Amino acid sequence: MGEVVEEKKEPDSKRVHTYPLIRHSDMNDEMKTEAMELCVTACEKFSSNNETAARMIKETMDKKFGASWHAIVGEGYGFEITHEVKNLLYMFFGGNMAIMIWKCS
Amino acid sequence: MPAKAIGKGKQAGGASDISRRRTTRMRGDGDDMTDMGDGTDADDWMHSKALVKPEDQLDLNEQQLKEEFTRILTANNPHAPQNIVRYSFKERQYKQISSVDQLAIHFALDGNMLHKDSDEARRQMAKLGMPDAVQSEQAGSEGGEGAGAGAAEADDAKDEGKDEGRDDAATPTPAAAAGGKKLTNQFNYSERASQTYNNPYRERGTATEPPPRATFSGSVTQWEIFDAYNEDFEKQVNKQQIIMLFVYLSEYVFLCGFQSDDVTRIANASQIVERMVNQNTYDDIAQDFKYWDDPSDEYRENEGTLLPLWRFTFEKAKKLAVTSLCWNPKYKDLYAVSFGSYDFMKQGNGMILFYSLKNPSYPEFIYETDSGLMCLDVHPDHPYLVVVGYYDGSVGVFNIECKEPVHRCTAKNGKHTDPVWQVRWQKDDLENNHNFYSISSDGRIVQWTIIKNELIYQDVIQLTLPEAPAEGPDGTKVSTVGCGTAFDFHKRNDYMFLVGTEEGKIHTCSKAYSSQFLDTNLAHNMAVYQVRWNPWHPDIYITCSADWTVKIWEVSQKTTVDTNPENTQNVSNRKALFTFDLNNSVGDVAWAPYSSTVFAAVTADGKVFVYDLNINKYEPLCEQMVAVKKKTKLTHIEFNPVYPIIIVGDDRGNVTSLKLSPNLKKMPKEKKGQPAMDPAQREQLEIAKLDKLLNMVREPTEGSKPPAATEKK
Repeated sequence: MGEVVEEKKEPDSKRVHTYPLIRHSDMNDEMKTEAMELCVTACEKFSSNNETAARMIKETMDKKFGASWHAIVGEGYGFEITHEVKNLLYMFFGGNMAIMIWKCS
Repeated sequence: MPAKAIGKGKQAGGASDISRRRTTRMRGDGDDMTDMGDGTDADDWMHSKALVKPEDQLDLNEQQLKEEFTRILTANNPHAPQNIVRYSFKERQYKQISSVDQLAIHFALDGNMLHKDSDEARRQMAKLGMPDAVQSEQAGSEGGEGAGAGAAEADDAKDEGKDEGRDDAATPTPAAAAGGKKLTNQFNYSERASQTYNNPYRERGTATEPPPRATFSGSVTQWEIFDAYNEDFEKQVNKQQIIMLFVYLSEYVFLCGFQSDDVTRIANASQIVERMVNQNTYDDIAQDFKYWDDPSDEYRENEGTLLPLWRFTFEKAKKLAVTSLCWNPKYKDLYAVSFGSYDFMKQGNGMILFYSLKNPSYPEFIYETDSGLMCLDVHPDHPYLVVVGYYDGSVGVFNIECKEPVHRCTAKNGKHTDPVWQVRWQKDDLENNHNFYSISSDGRIVQWTIIKNELIYQDVIQLTLPEAPAEGPDGTKVSTVGCGTAFDFHKRNDYMFLVGTEEGKIHTCSKAYSSQFLDTNLAHNMAVYQVRWNPWHPDIYITCSADWTVKIWEVSQKTTVDTNPENTQNVSNRKALFTFDLNNSVGDVAWAPYSSTVFAAVTADGKVFVYDLNINKYEPLCEQMVAVKKKTKLTHIEFNPVYPIIIVGDDRGNVTSLKLSPNLKKMPKEKKGQPAMDPAQREQLEIAKLDKLLNMVREPTEGSKPPAATEKK
């Protein structure tokens, strides 16, 4: 359904994409999908409050994959983080939101 | 014994008297004498033993105690039996024995005391020396006094016998036993203590490896997000387009091929895809094949290398040996391999595989046979015709189109009785029938002609040995046959061919004379494995053998057939122009197609040798291990007629292709500005090149017409 709309608008370069786009990740596929879905849920649920979204992501990830997850949700920031390998996900969502989650205990 | 008891009792009794006296003295008042257990603080240690009374002891008063009982002690044992009867042999009857043994020992103790004045004691004292003697004297005096006291009081034994029983039990103190004169030192004791061993402490620790970490950095901006989305979207669109294309293509294929059956309709397409995949997989090798030339060759004059390119293996052929290789005359990248086994004990099936350099991963064509194949040849004019020789002695002709041989000889029509070692297509005969030759170790060389779907055979030559026929089991003569192992036909003189035998001889034969050889040459000491004419020079051929050598020969000058039987039967033993010892059985040797002086050989220890006589007449330019595993034997080698590569087969079913480095493929330099040499000119040049070399090694008399005598050694 969404595709049809997109194809009609194709010449329009200002069109906004909102699908989740994984920019960088070294997680295994299973974990990646789960984390991505979690991020999408959190951002949709707390679309107005990034902090609660980040909190939800962090707490859920802690529960599911063990302690010390960190999450950043925001529209503009810079970062330099140290993470445990296979535990990093950097994705865009909603066209203007960047979500960064990683584990480092 | 009773005396002993009395003595003891006396001693104890005396002691108790003394102690009693002392007690009395110290206390200063005459207490109840019998109450010895009631001691004061000072005497506490002496009376540590409580007076134990048997429970059933009669309670007697003074009067009763004073009463005297007289007991007479006799030496008779009351328990000794009085009525022992023994049989008396003298009187032949049982008789009571009057004398009964009255001795009963209740207690025995061996003493170790000596009287100090006795001889024995003196001797011991002298032996032990003075200080010991003093000590022992003291001890002796102690003991002596004790004994003395005992002896002295023994007299009073009867008087004091009354008190004995009571005092004896009441005063068993050691001080009393020592006679009261000498008190033992209460503090003379040694304390012994021990401490348990303290186990040494040991520390052991391990540190777990921290989970691997990595850093990641970046920044988020709105435009970055936007760009990322756009990029990703484009990718998705592209992918979709490709998928659409595939769907379209597959539909197209389906539509086009709906009439033919399932496999063949996509055969062509899949073949193309397979080659594309292979081209991708082996891209580096393909690049090497096309462009790579060992640059270090420029700095080495007389050495070269072989660069391994593709390795061709096929699962089903892994246990078979490569028995021959043949390039396809039309498609320069295609070659045929026959598989069989050289092991007499391990014969099985055989196989022909066609490989293309364009697809090294899987054979283009596969033909399986029931018997091992020993050789094959692809028809030079009709590349679809392949003749093979079987281990069971038959020959067969395959058409590439068919899985089964189109012709195969049987025992009825001329089948060999031994493995066929080589087959070779010949020019079509005058009636344009295809024909080929085969050689086998049964000694026959047979010409086969395909006439109207039939295989007609004709024996060309029967190899015989000059020796007298051997005696058969029942007296019949069995003529010994020579065992042919290899042959090669002359490039220009159509009728002439060479035959190598298991005995090591090389026969020069003519198709026209079936009864005799033009020439026989005792070339090797062991079986000849391969014989090949030089592609350029008409008189030169090369042979290789199991005797570790490769030899280069020149055909004797007498080209006309000598009808004199002596001459033909006589085995000439000429000297080879060149002999190379390769230190192992040489499986195959081949001339390079591009130069008259280059040849390559393979040995059973897995090495390939490449020689260029023009550069080095004695040493190989290249000696390289090609086999992957240690024990793999290389069996055959073939030069590609066009590309500078060789293919080498081994006894594990592998075929390896190798690229020759520039030093190994030196050709005469073409002068700049001049047009390329025409073939005739080139040939002249090559022949001249080889001749120049040969002149150096030819026997000096050979310049003019060589007499037969010089030729024979």
